[in-house]
Amino acid sequence: MVNELKYLKESASQTAGPYVHIGLAPKQAGFDIFDKNFSNVLAGPKTKGERIRIEGCVIDGSGTPLRDVLLEMWQANAAGKYNHPADRQKKAADGTFRGWGRACSDFATGVWSFETIKPGAVAGRSGRPMAPHVNLWIVARGINIGLNTRMYFPDEEKANAADPVLNLIEWEVRRKTLIARHEKKDDMNVYRFDIHLQGPHETVFFDV
Amino acid sequence: MKEATPEYGEFRQRDRNAHPPAYAPAYKTSILRSPRNALISLQNSLSEITGPVFSGDELGPLDHDLILNYAKGGLPIGERIIVHGYILDEFGRPVSNALVEVWQANAGGRYRHKKDAYIAPIDPNFGGCGRVLSDRDGHYVYRTIKPGPYPWRNNVNDWRPAHIHYSISGSGWAQRLITQMYFEGDPLIAQCPIVKTIPSEAAIRQLIAPLDKNAAVALDSLAYRFDIVLRGARANWFENRLQSDEPMQRE
Repeated sequence: MVNELKYLKESASQTAGPYVHIGLAPKQAGFDIFDKNFSNVLAGPKTKGERIRIEGCVIDGSGTPLRDVLLEMWQANAAGKYNHPADRQKKAADGTFRGWGRACSDFATGVWSFETIKPGAVAGRSGRPMAPHVNLWIVARGINIGLNTRMYFPDEEKANAADPVLNLIEWEVRRKTLIARHEKKDDMNVYRFDIHLQGPHETVFFDV
Repeated sequence: MKEATPEYGEFRQRDRNAHPPAYAPAYKTSILRSPRNALISLQNSLSEITGPVFSGDELGPLDHDLILNYAKGGLPIGERIIVHGYILDEFGRPVSNALVEVWQANAGGRYRHKKDAYIAPIDPNFGGCGRVLSDRDGHYVYRTIKPGPYPWRNNVNDWRPAHIHYSISGSGWAQRLITQMYFEGDPLIAQCPIVKTIPSEAAIRQLIAPLDKNAAVALDSLAYRFDIVLRGARANWFENRLQSDEPMQRE
Protein backbone atom coordinates (compact mmCIF):
# COMPACT_ATOMS: atom_id res chain seq x y z
CA MET A 1 0.00 0.00 0.00
CA VAL A 2 1.06 3.58 -0.53
CA ASN A 3 -0.04 6.94 0.73
CA GLU A 4 -3.40 7.85 -0.73
CA LEU A 5 -3.58 10.84 -3.10
CA LYS A 6 -6.40 12.83 -1.59
CA TYR A 7 -7.39 15.03 -4.48
CA LEU A 8 -11.01 15.91 -4.93
CA LYS A 9 -12.60 15.12 -8.27
CA GLU A 10 -14.07 17.81 -10.46
CA SER A 11 -17.88 17.68 -10.36
CA ALA A 12 -19.27 16.00 -13.45
CA SER A 13 -20.79 18.13 -16.19
CA GLN A 14 -24.45 17.80 -17.15
CA THR A 15 -26.20 19.29 -20.15
CA ALA A 16 -27.47 22.86 -19.84
CA GLY A 17 -30.79 21.58 -21.18
CA PRO A 18 -33.41 23.40 -23.25
CA TYR A 19 -34.23 25.95 -20.55
CA VAL A 20 -30.73 27.31 -19.97
CA HIS A 21 -32.07 30.79 -20.75
CA ILE A 22 -34.05 30.89 -17.49
CA GLY A 23 -30.89 30.90 -15.46
CA LEU A 24 -28.40 32.60 -17.71
CA ALA A 25 -30.52 34.91 -19.87
CA PRO A 26 -34.02 35.17 -18.35
CA LYS A 27 -35.20 37.86 -20.76
CA GLN A 28 -34.70 35.36 -23.56
CA ALA A 29 -36.83 32.84 -21.63
CA GLY A 30 -39.57 35.46 -21.66
CA PHE A 31 -39.51 37.22 -18.30
CA ASP A 32 -37.86 40.01 -16.38
CA ILE A 33 -36.39 39.24 -12.97
CA PHE A 34 -32.92 40.72 -12.37
CA ASP A 35 -32.09 44.44 -12.29
CA LYS A 36 -28.79 43.83 -14.06
CA ASN A 37 -28.42 41.26 -16.79
CA PHE A 38 -25.36 39.89 -18.49
CA SER A 39 -25.41 40.38 -22.23
CA ASN A 40 -23.76 39.93 -25.59
CA VAL A 41 -22.41 43.49 -25.56
CA LEU A 42 -18.82 43.43 -24.36
CA ALA A 43 -17.62 46.90 -25.34
CA GLY A 44 -18.83 50.08 -23.62
CA PRO A 45 -18.80 53.55 -25.19
CA LYS A 46 -15.36 54.32 -23.74
CA THR A 47 -13.73 50.99 -24.54
CA LYS A 48 -10.61 51.35 -26.64
CA GLY A 49 -10.39 49.45 -29.89
CA GLU A 50 -12.00 48.74 -33.20
CA ARG A 51 -15.72 47.94 -32.92
CA ILE A 52 -16.65 44.62 -34.43
CA ARG A 53 -19.53 42.20 -34.39
CA ILE A 54 -19.01 38.46 -34.25
CA GLU A 55 -21.96 36.41 -35.38
CA GLY A 56 -22.81 32.96 -36.56
CA CYS A 57 -24.78 29.80 -36.06
CA VAL A 58 -24.01 26.54 -34.31
CA ILE A 59 -24.96 23.78 -36.72
CA ASP A 60 -25.80 20.17 -35.87
CA GLY A 61 -25.01 16.98 -37.77
CA SER A 62 -28.09 17.34 -39.98
CA GLY A 63 -27.09 20.84 -41.09
CA THR A 64 -29.73 22.48 -38.91
CA PRO A 65 -28.79 25.50 -36.79
CA LEU A 66 -29.27 25.06 -33.04
CA ARG A 67 -31.95 27.46 -31.90
CA ASP A 68 -31.46 26.86 -28.20
CA VAL A 69 -27.70 27.26 -27.88
CA LEU A 70 -25.89 29.58 -25.48
CA LEU A 71 -22.35 30.83 -26.02
CA GLU A 72 -19.94 32.70 -23.83
CA MET A 73 -16.97 34.63 -25.12
CA TRP A 74 -13.77 35.58 -23.31
CA GLN A 75 -11.19 37.81 -24.90
CA ALA A 76 -8.31 40.21 -24.32
CA ASN A 77 -8.61 43.97 -24.71
CA ALA A 78 -7.35 45.92 -27.73
CA ALA A 79 -3.81 45.91 -26.29
CA GLY A 80 -3.81 42.14 -25.88
CA LYS A 81 -4.30 41.97 -22.10
CA TYR A 82 -6.94 40.02 -20.19
CA ASN A 83 -8.85 41.82 -17.45
CA HIS A 84 -7.73 39.35 -14.77
CA PRO A 85 -5.08 39.46 -12.02
CA ALA A 86 -3.18 36.48 -13.46
CA ASP A 87 -2.36 38.46 -16.61
CA ARG A 88 0.88 40.24 -15.70
CA GLN A 89 1.87 41.27 -19.19
CA LYS A 90 3.18 44.83 -19.23
CA LYS A 91 0.39 46.18 -21.39
CA ALA A 92 -2.31 48.81 -20.99
CA ALA A 93 -5.35 47.69 -18.99
CA ASP A 94 -8.80 48.93 -19.99
CA GLY A 95 -11.09 49.25 -16.98
CA THR A 96 -14.14 49.67 -19.22
CA PHE A 97 -13.73 46.22 -20.73
CA ARG A 98 -14.30 42.99 -18.82
CA GLY A 99 -13.82 41.01 -22.00
CA TRP A 100 -16.69 38.61 -21.36
CA GLY A 101 -20.19 38.24 -22.72
CA ARG A 102 -22.98 35.76 -23.18
CA ALA A 103 -25.23 35.29 -26.22
CA CYS A 104 -28.23 33.12 -27.06
CA SER A 105 -29.18 32.05 -30.53
CA ASP A 106 -32.41 33.44 -31.94
CA PHE A 107 -35.29 30.99 -31.43
CA ALA A 108 -36.29 31.35 -35.10
CA THR A 109 -33.04 31.67 -37.05
CA GLY A 110 -30.36 30.24 -34.76
CA VAL A 111 -28.15 33.31 -35.25
CA TRP A 112 -26.21 34.62 -32.25
CA SER A 113 -23.91 37.65 -32.07
CA PHE A 114 -21.48 39.56 -29.85
CA GLU A 115 -20.80 43.30 -29.99
CA THR A 116 -17.19 43.80 -29.03
CA ILE A 117 -13.78 45.12 -30.02
CA LYS A 118 -11.04 43.34 -31.85
CA PRO A 119 -8.59 41.88 -29.31
CA GLY A 120 -4.85 42.40 -29.46
CA ALA A 121 -2.33 39.57 -29.48
CA VAL A 122 -1.65 37.90 -26.11
CA ALA A 123 1.63 36.22 -25.16
CA GLY A 124 1.51 32.45 -25.55
CA ARG A 125 3.20 29.89 -23.35
CA SER A 126 6.57 30.40 -24.95
CA GLY A 127 6.33 34.18 -24.59
CA ARG A 128 5.82 34.61 -28.31
CA PRO A 129 2.48 36.12 -29.25
CA MET A 130 -0.62 34.13 -30.05
CA ALA A 131 -2.59 35.54 -32.96
CA PRO A 132 -5.57 37.70 -31.94
CA HIS A 133 -8.44 35.41 -31.03
CA VAL A 134 -11.56 35.13 -28.92
CA ASN A 135 -12.35 32.11 -26.76
CA LEU A 136 -15.80 30.57 -27.04
CA TRP A 137 -17.67 28.14 -24.79
CA ILE A 138 -20.81 26.49 -26.12
CA VAL A 139 -23.60 24.80 -24.16
CA ALA A 140 -27.06 23.54 -25.12
CA ARG A 141 -29.51 20.71 -24.81
CA GLY A 142 -27.76 17.61 -26.14
CA ILE A 143 -24.28 18.98 -25.36
CA ASN A 144 -23.14 16.97 -22.34
CA ILE A 145 -20.06 19.01 -21.55
CA GLY A 146 -19.38 22.58 -22.68
CA LEU A 147 -17.41 22.82 -25.91
CA ASN A 148 -14.34 25.06 -26.01
CA THR A 149 -13.11 26.61 -29.20
CA ARG A 150 -11.38 29.75 -30.46
CA MET A 151 -12.16 32.13 -33.29
CA TYR A 152 -9.31 33.73 -35.22
CA PHE A 153 -9.42 36.66 -37.67
CA PRO A 154 -9.07 36.24 -41.44
CA ASP A 155 -7.17 39.55 -41.75
CA GLU A 156 -4.32 38.28 -39.52
CA GLU A 157 -2.82 35.82 -41.94
CA LYS A 158 0.77 36.27 -40.81
CA ALA A 159 -0.06 36.04 -37.11
CA ASN A 160 -2.32 33.06 -37.71
CA ALA A 161 0.45 31.25 -39.58
CA ALA A 162 2.69 31.61 -36.53
CA ASP A 163 0.03 30.91 -33.90
CA PRO A 164 1.15 28.14 -31.54
CA VAL A 165 -2.39 26.81 -31.05
CA LEU A 166 -3.40 26.72 -34.71
CA ASN A 167 -0.11 25.00 -35.44
CA LEU A 168 -0.92 22.27 -32.92
CA ILE A 169 -3.69 21.13 -35.24
CA GLU A 170 -2.09 18.53 -37.43
CA TRP A 171 -4.56 18.85 -40.31
CA GLU A 172 -4.24 22.20 -42.05
CA VAL A 173 -7.73 21.82 -43.45
CA ARG A 174 -9.11 21.70 -39.91
CA ARG A 175 -7.28 24.87 -38.84
CA LYS A 176 -9.48 26.76 -41.27
CA THR A 177 -12.55 25.87 -39.21
CA LEU A 178 -11.31 28.37 -36.60
CA ILE A 179 -10.94 31.34 -38.94
CA ALA A 180 -13.95 33.61 -39.34
CA ARG A 181 -15.15 35.18 -42.58
CA HIS A 182 -15.06 38.97 -42.82
CA GLU A 183 -18.15 40.86 -43.97
CA LYS A 184 -18.99 44.54 -44.09
CA LYS A 185 -22.53 45.31 -42.93
CA ASP A 186 -23.70 48.93 -42.57
CA ASP A 187 -20.08 50.09 -42.20
CA MET A 188 -19.61 47.57 -39.38
CA ASN A 189 -16.86 45.01 -39.52
CA VAL A 190 -18.63 41.73 -38.99
CA TYR A 191 -16.88 38.41 -38.51
CA ARG A 192 -19.06 35.47 -39.41
CA PHE A 193 -18.20 32.31 -37.52
CA ASP A 194 -20.36 29.26 -38.05
CA ILE A 195 -19.60 26.40 -35.69
CA HIS A 196 -20.19 22.90 -37.05
CA LEU A 197 -20.68 20.22 -34.42
CA GLN A 198 -20.28 17.40 -36.93
CA GLY A 199 -19.69 16.72 -40.60
CA PRO A 200 -16.89 17.43 -43.08
CA HIS A 201 -16.48 20.96 -41.70
CA GLU A 202 -16.58 19.98 -38.03
CA THR A 203 -15.08 22.82 -36.02
CA VAL A 204 -11.98 22.10 -33.96
CA PHE A 205 -12.82 21.87 -30.26
CA PHE A 206 -10.19 21.93 -27.54
CA ASP A 207 -9.60 20.08 -24.31
CA VAL A 208 -8.26 23.14 -22.53
CA MET B 1 -10.07 26.09 6.46
CA LYS B 2 -7.34 26.03 3.87
CA GLU B 3 -6.08 29.29 2.42
CA ALA B 4 -7.38 30.35 -0.96
CA THR B 5 -5.12 29.69 -3.93
CA PRO B 6 -2.23 32.14 -3.50
CA GLU B 7 -1.09 32.12 -7.12
CA TYR B 8 -2.83 31.49 -10.37
CA GLY B 9 -1.57 28.66 -12.47
CA GLU B 10 -2.41 26.07 -15.02
CA PHE B 11 -5.34 23.84 -14.26
CA ARG B 12 -5.07 20.15 -13.61
CA GLN B 13 -5.95 18.16 -16.65
CA ARG B 14 -9.65 17.40 -16.85
CA ASP B 15 -10.48 13.73 -16.22
CA ARG B 16 -12.78 13.14 -19.17
CA ASN B 17 -13.66 9.68 -17.83
CA ALA B 18 -15.51 11.30 -14.95
CA HIS B 19 -17.61 13.42 -17.32
CA PRO B 20 -20.28 12.35 -19.79
CA PRO B 21 -18.96 11.71 -23.28
CA ALA B 22 -20.25 14.08 -25.97
CA TYR B 23 -21.93 11.17 -27.77
CA ALA B 24 -24.30 9.36 -25.40
CA PRO B 25 -26.96 7.80 -27.62
CA ALA B 26 -29.39 6.91 -24.80
CA TYR B 27 -29.78 10.68 -24.49
CA LYS B 28 -31.01 11.06 -28.03
CA THR B 29 -30.42 14.78 -28.51
CA SER B 30 -26.69 14.22 -28.07
CA ILE B 31 -26.48 12.16 -31.24
CA LEU B 32 -26.52 15.04 -33.71
CA ARG B 33 -24.91 17.52 -31.32
CA SER B 34 -21.71 15.66 -30.43
CA PRO B 35 -18.41 16.33 -32.18
CA ARG B 36 -16.95 13.23 -33.81
CA ASN B 37 -13.30 14.26 -33.91
CA ALA B 38 -10.98 14.02 -30.95
CA LEU B 39 -10.61 17.21 -28.92
CA ILE B 40 -7.27 18.91 -29.49
CA SER B 41 -5.45 18.98 -26.13
CA LEU B 42 -4.09 22.39 -25.17
CA GLN B 43 -1.69 23.24 -22.42
CA ASN B 44 -3.08 26.30 -20.68
CA SER B 45 -2.06 29.74 -21.85
CA LEU B 46 -3.23 33.06 -20.46
CA SER B 47 -6.42 32.55 -22.49
CA GLU B 48 -7.38 29.59 -20.32
CA ILE B 49 -6.05 30.48 -16.86
CA THR B 50 -7.72 33.88 -16.85
CA GLY B 51 -11.48 34.38 -16.92
CA PRO B 52 -14.19 36.92 -16.21
CA VAL B 53 -14.28 38.52 -12.76
CA PHE B 54 -17.66 39.39 -11.24
CA SER B 55 -18.48 41.74 -8.39
CA GLY B 56 -21.22 41.78 -5.79
CA ASP B 57 -22.68 45.06 -7.01
CA GLU B 58 -23.77 43.35 -10.22
CA LEU B 59 -26.24 41.24 -8.26
CA GLY B 60 -29.44 42.43 -6.64
CA PRO B 61 -30.29 41.89 -2.94
CA LEU B 62 -32.88 39.18 -3.73
CA ASP B 63 -31.01 37.44 -6.54
CA HIS B 64 -30.23 34.52 -4.20
CA ASP B 65 -33.76 34.24 -2.81
CA LEU B 66 -35.95 32.41 -5.31
CA ILE B 67 -38.81 32.42 -2.83
CA LEU B 68 -39.01 36.22 -2.97
CA ASN B 69 -37.29 37.32 -6.18
CA TYR B 70 -40.36 36.85 -8.37
CA ALA B 71 -43.10 36.98 -5.71
CA LYS B 72 -46.03 39.02 -7.01
CA GLY B 73 -48.04 39.61 -3.87
CA GLY B 74 -47.92 35.98 -2.70
CA LEU B 75 -45.43 33.21 -2.05
CA PRO B 76 -44.60 30.36 -4.42
CA ILE B 77 -46.15 26.96 -3.75
CA GLY B 78 -43.93 24.07 -2.66
CA GLU B 79 -41.41 22.88 -0.12
CA ARG B 80 -39.28 25.74 1.14
CA ILE B 81 -35.61 24.77 1.07
CA ILE B 82 -32.20 26.29 1.62
CA VAL B 83 -29.39 25.05 -0.58
CA HIS B 84 -25.83 25.73 0.45
CA GLY B 85 -22.34 24.38 0.05
CA TYR B 86 -18.76 25.14 -0.81
CA ILE B 87 -17.09 25.73 -4.15
CA LEU B 88 -13.75 23.97 -3.84
CA ASP B 89 -10.97 23.15 -6.24
CA GLU B 90 -9.47 19.69 -6.65
CA PHE B 91 -6.87 20.47 -4.00
CA GLY B 92 -9.61 21.23 -1.48
CA ARG B 93 -9.02 24.96 -1.58
CA PRO B 94 -12.03 27.27 -1.50
CA VAL B 95 -12.85 29.09 -4.73
CA SER B 96 -13.98 32.52 -3.64
CA ASN B 97 -15.94 34.98 -5.77
CA ALA B 98 -17.23 32.22 -8.05
CA LEU B 99 -20.43 33.18 -9.85
CA VAL B 100 -23.04 30.50 -9.13
CA GLU B 101 -26.18 30.75 -11.26
CA VAL B 102 -29.10 28.35 -10.73
CA TRP B 103 -32.34 27.65 -12.54
CA GLN B 104 -35.11 25.13 -12.04
CA ALA B 105 -38.71 24.10 -12.58
CA ASN B 106 -41.36 25.03 -10.03
CA ALA B 107 -42.87 22.63 -7.49
CA GLY B 108 -45.08 21.12 -10.21
CA GLY B 109 -42.20 20.48 -12.59
CA ARG B 110 -42.99 23.39 -14.93
CA TYR B 111 -40.43 25.90 -16.19
CA ARG B 112 -41.14 29.56 -16.73
CA HIS B 113 -39.96 29.42 -20.32
CA LYS B 114 -41.72 30.16 -23.57
CA LYS B 115 -40.72 26.74 -24.92
CA ASP B 116 -42.04 24.67 -21.99
CA ALA B 117 -45.57 23.40 -22.69
CA TYR B 118 -45.93 20.83 -19.88
CA ILE B 119 -49.47 20.63 -18.47
CA ALA B 120 -48.43 21.55 -14.91
CA PRO B 121 -49.20 25.22 -14.24
CA ILE B 122 -46.83 28.16 -14.06
CA ASP B 123 -46.59 29.48 -10.51
CA PRO B 124 -47.32 33.23 -10.67
CA ASN B 125 -44.96 33.85 -7.75
CA PHE B 126 -42.01 31.81 -8.94
CA GLY B 127 -39.42 32.79 -11.55
CA GLY B 128 -37.06 29.88 -11.08
CA CYS B 129 -33.63 31.48 -11.28
CA GLY B 130 -31.12 32.94 -8.91
CA ARG B 131 -27.45 33.76 -8.55
CA VAL B 132 -24.88 34.29 -5.86
CA LEU B 133 -21.13 34.83 -5.51
CA SER B 134 -19.21 32.46 -3.25
CA ASP B 135 -17.68 34.16 -0.22
CA ARG B 136 -14.07 34.17 0.98
CA ASP B 137 -14.42 30.60 2.23
CA GLY B 138 -15.97 29.46 -1.05
CA HIS B 139 -19.38 29.16 0.60
CA TYR B 140 -22.64 29.98 -1.19
CA VAL B 141 -26.28 29.83 -0.12
CA TYR B 142 -29.65 30.48 -1.67
CA ARG B 143 -33.26 29.81 -0.80
CA THR B 144 -35.84 28.27 -3.10
CA ILE B 145 -38.73 25.87 -3.57
CA LYS B 146 -37.96 22.22 -4.16
CA PRO B 147 -38.52 21.58 -7.88
CA GLY B 148 -40.82 18.82 -9.08
CA PRO B 149 -39.91 16.01 -11.49
CA TYR B 150 -41.30 16.23 -15.01
CA PRO B 151 -41.68 14.11 -18.13
CA TRP B 152 -39.63 14.73 -21.25
CA ARG B 153 -39.63 13.34 -24.71
CA ASN B 154 -36.64 11.03 -25.02
CA ASN B 155 -38.14 7.63 -24.64
CA VAL B 156 -41.80 8.44 -24.38
CA ASN B 157 -42.10 7.74 -20.65
CA ASP B 158 -38.80 9.27 -19.48
CA TRP B 159 -38.91 11.55 -16.44
CA ARG B 160 -36.33 13.91 -15.09
CA PRO B 161 -35.65 13.55 -11.36
CA ALA B 162 -36.11 16.75 -9.37
CA HIS B 163 -33.03 18.85 -10.10
CA ILE B 164 -31.55 22.31 -10.01
CA HIS B 165 -29.31 23.43 -12.86
CA TYR B 166 -26.00 25.04 -11.89
CA SER B 167 -23.64 27.23 -13.85
CA ILE B 168 -20.32 28.02 -12.15
CA SER B 169 -17.66 30.51 -13.23
CA GLY B 170 -14.49 30.14 -11.19
CA SER B 171 -11.30 32.15 -11.53
CA GLY B 172 -10.26 30.75 -14.90
CA TRP B 173 -11.93 30.13 -18.24
CA ALA B 174 -10.89 26.47 -18.15
CA GLN B 175 -12.91 25.92 -14.94
CA ARG B 176 -16.23 26.87 -16.53
CA LEU B 177 -18.80 24.24 -15.64
CA ILE B 178 -22.50 23.54 -16.03
CA THR B 179 -24.04 20.74 -14.04
CA GLN B 180 -27.19 19.67 -12.19
CA MET B 181 -27.91 18.99 -8.54
CA TYR B 182 -30.17 16.09 -7.57
CA PHE B 183 -31.89 15.35 -4.27
CA GLU B 184 -31.10 12.52 -1.87
CA GLY B 185 -33.60 9.70 -2.01
CA ASP B 186 -35.14 10.38 -5.43
CA PRO B 187 -35.82 7.04 -7.18
CA LEU B 188 -35.88 8.76 -10.58
CA ILE B 189 -32.15 9.53 -10.43
CA ALA B 190 -31.13 5.96 -11.23
CA GLN B 191 -33.48 5.83 -14.23
CA CYS B 192 -32.62 9.14 -15.85
CA PRO B 193 -30.90 8.95 -19.26
CA ILE B 194 -29.22 12.32 -18.65
CA VAL B 195 -27.82 11.24 -15.28
CA LYS B 196 -26.70 8.01 -16.87
CA THR B 197 -24.57 9.84 -19.43
CA ILE B 198 -22.08 10.11 -16.52
CA PRO B 199 -19.88 7.01 -16.73
CA SER B 200 -18.89 6.81 -13.06
CA GLU B 201 -21.11 5.93 -10.08
CA ALA B 202 -18.92 8.02 -7.79
CA ALA B 203 -19.28 11.03 -10.08
CA ILE B 204 -23.07 10.62 -10.06
CA ARG B 205 -23.13 10.42 -6.25
CA GLN B 206 -21.19 13.67 -6.15
CA LEU B 207 -24.17 15.39 -7.83
CA ILE B 208 -26.72 14.17 -5.26
CA ALA B 209 -27.25 16.65 -2.43
CA PRO B 210 -27.92 15.17 1.02
CA LEU B 211 -30.55 16.57 3.33
CA ASP B 212 -28.71 18.83 5.78
CA LYS B 213 -30.93 19.43 8.77
CA ASN B 214 -28.14 21.35 10.50
CA ALA B 215 -28.65 24.11 7.97
CA ALA B 216 -32.46 24.01 8.13
CA VAL B 217 -34.44 26.82 9.70
CA ALA B 218 -36.72 25.24 12.30
CA LEU B 219 -40.44 25.58 11.55
CA ASP B 220 -39.58 27.25 8.23
CA SER B 221 -37.27 25.59 5.66
CA LEU B 222 -35.42 22.31 5.16
CA ALA B 223 -31.89 22.43 3.76
CA TYR B 224 -29.73 20.51 1.32
CA ARG B 225 -25.98 20.71 0.99
CA PHE B 226 -24.25 20.68 -2.36
CA ASP B 227 -20.49 21.11 -2.65
CA ILE B 228 -19.05 21.64 -6.11
CA VAL B 229 -15.49 20.88 -7.16
CA LEU B 230 -13.85 22.88 -9.92
CA ARG B 231 -10.54 22.07 -11.56
CA GLY B 232 -7.55 22.80 -9.38
CA ALA B 233 -4.98 25.43 -10.23
CA ARG B 234 -1.52 23.91 -10.11
CA ALA B 235 0.43 26.85 -8.81
CA ASN B 236 3.98 25.60 -8.37
CA TRP B 237 7.56 26.54 -9.10
CA PHE B 238 7.60 25.19 -12.58
CA GLU B 239 4.41 26.59 -13.90
CA ASN B 240 4.03 30.10 -12.57
CA ARG B 241 6.16 31.63 -15.24
CA LEU B 242 3.62 31.55 -18.02
CA GLN B 243 1.95 34.49 -16.35
CA SER B 244 4.85 36.80 -17.18
CA ASP B 245 6.38 38.18 -20.33
CA GLU B 246 9.47 36.10 -19.68
CA PRO B 247 9.93 33.34 -22.20
CA MET B 248 9.74 29.81 -20.86
CA GLN B 249 12.30 27.44 -22.26
CA ARG B 250 9.90 24.78 -23.37
CA GLU B 251 7.08 24.37 -25.78
